[in-house]
Amino acid sequence: MPTFLQEASHKRQALLDILFRNLTRLAAFTVLALLGAIIASLIVGSMPAIHAFGFGFITSSEWNPVTDQYGAWIPIVGTLITSGIALLIAIPVSFGIAVFLTELSPRWLRRPLGIAVELLAGIPSIIYGMWGLFVFAPLFADHVEPWLNDHIGTWPLLGPFFSGPPMGIGMLTAGIILSIMVIPFIASVMRDVFDVVPPMLKESAYGLGATTWEVMRNVVLPYTKIGVVGGIMLGLGRALGETMAVTFVIGNAHELNKSLLMPGNSISSALANEFTEAVGELYTSSLIELGLILFFITFVVLSLARLMLFKLAKSEGRGA
Amino acid sequence: MSLLNQLLRSLGLSVALLSAGTAFAVDITGAGATFPYPIYAKWAEAYKAQTGAGMNYQSIGSGGGIKQIQAKTVDFGATDAPMNPNELALAGLTQFPAVIGGVVPVVNIPGVAPGQLKLDSKVLADIFMGKITKWNDPRIAADNAGVALPDQSIFVVHRADGSGTTFIFTTYLSQVSLEWKRSVGGDKAVAWPVGMGGKGNEGVASYVQRSKNSIGYVEYAYALQNKMTFTQLKNRDGQYVSPNDSSFKAAAANAKWDADKGFYEILTNEPGKDSWPITGATFILIHKSQEKVENAKEVLKFFDWAFVNGDKLAADLDYVPLPANLKTMIRDSWKAQVKDTSGKALWK
Repeated sequence: MPTFLQEASHKRQALLDILFRNLTRLAAFTVLALLGAIIASLIVGSMPAIHAFGFGFITSSEWNPVTDQYGAWIPIVGTLITSGIALLIAIPVSFGIAVFLTELSPRWLRRPLGIAVELLAGIPSIIYGMWGLFVFAPLFADHVEPWLNDHIGTWPLLGPFFSGPPMGIGMLTAGIILSIMVIPFIASVMRDVFDVVPPMLKESAYGLGATTWEVMRNVVLPYTKIGVVGGIMLGLGRALGETMAVTFVIGNAHELNKSLLMPGNSISSALANEFTEAVGELYTSSLIELGLILFFITFVVLSLARLMLFKLAKSEGRGA
Repeated sequence: MSLLNQLLRSLGLSVALLSAGTAFAVDITGAGATFPYPIYAKWAEAYKAQTGAGMNYQSIGSGGGIKQIQAKTVDFGATDAPMNPNELALAGLTQFPAVIGGVVPVVNIPGVAPGQLKLDSKVLADIFMGKITKWNDPRIAADNAGVALPDQSIFVVHRADGSGTTFIFTTYLSQVSLEWKRSVGGDKAVAWPVGMGGKGNEGVASYVQRSKNSIGYVEYAYALQNKMTFTQLKNRDGQYVSPNDSSFKAAAANAKWDADKGFYEILTNEPGKDSWPITGATFILIHKSQEKVENAKEVLKFFDWAFVNGDKLAADLDYVPLPANLKTMIRDSWKAQVKDTSGKALWK
């Protein structure tokens, strides 16, 4: 092929390269633009509420559509507590699932169990909500809550958190339902990252006489911690934003109670309940500001996770 | 299950929509309140079968209905809480009632049968205020000789979502209790002093049916279809009445409807010895000055058809049709109020 033709084809390829790069860049920047646009519209939408209530919106626990007084404290607390309960339950269980699936389970059981976990992740949240309301809550009210009242409810420090009328609906129920919903996410990420640990590392540890727990603790976890924290954050992200399932079982009361057995409210369920019938600028705008706050909480959580990973990586560097 | 019912109904509606493309008549759209959705969907289906013209109703909530009609994205809006005359004038809208329903207190007390428990209006308000906390409170017992009332805490259930049902219920409580009016008030969502919130009628119903010693409020049709334990209430004339067709009709008949005020009338606490005290109409909103003349004519034709032919369908779904004299007043109001841009009346 003559050189000038070769050059031409090179040029064309270079042009295609540039085109391709710009196309992918455009796709990537679309995400940024969308994010920016969402934040901007949330801020614009919540301006009337920000003007009316200022910073007090976050700390006020008043929520009264009749007098047009709004505060976000109760839904914020409810969101954080239910997500906290969910993680408290989901992390150890997911860890157990992942360890069993990667280390202990007989080979023929791995696949069906793994598929079951993934199927659990695919169930729509409304199903969890209805199951929670019609099946789980009655059982919880009849069998678990009376027990909690009688046993833990009498303890000096923890007691007040676990005493109250056994209604089956409340923050604790919402937290438990949420934990069931986030377990498949956390467990499948954990399993995937545990699977990529080089067998050589594990086998060396086993060869030195380490127990399964010691291998998990000292070899697998250090090797996979970024993935594990990432999986937990994914779960937390879902728990914070979950709407339908929580709405069904949290009790939707704008009240702050010490007891976890009492009804509360979360940001997303307040939005789902009240947005359709919200009339008046201040009401709508307060709901939008709630959305903005949820956005902000999620953002802070993700940033904290990043920061934690960054610190971990740094201290590791010093240790070595 | 009413959820299933609704699903089936909406399926029916969407089938009606799909076939609407072939019709020659103008199809109209409406949006708003969820409470009358089943009957509007039913009317639309029957109307379509008779005339070939479709009506597409989106039950997005009263607030949404008001916003949509103001933005003129739909031909009519629907709301459970009537807009007051000032708001109507400001938005250039006219309003008329379409169908009547009632709200009933429902309880779950072991051993108490439907319609057995009698509640005074002030007692009802104080229960929802959290001031009466036990079922065997002397004020409840005073009107209920012979009913075994347990020495148990009352467990209050209310709606978590904003709703016309709550508007009607809390408006009533504000009328009968000064304290309720001062500290809570009447609206589609209020700051409840006590209790927990269920989402939708089905949410309240399931909390009440599941929790012993509870009290809540749901739409009459809902209580009836789910065989819930409703209570009797003492009305303005001091009579105890049960919620049913005739007590709702009595309340509607005793109301003072006024077309000039956009039929602004909340049917709670109406006089008359047979009147059920928590009754309410649901309303339709249309623009007074119509740009899309054909659509506006079709909306009026649709509701005229429903007033003539739809009473049986409404009664089947446990709604109460409007009294005949009110229907005449509504048609007259169309004549006077709804015009095209040149000021010519659209209804003759």
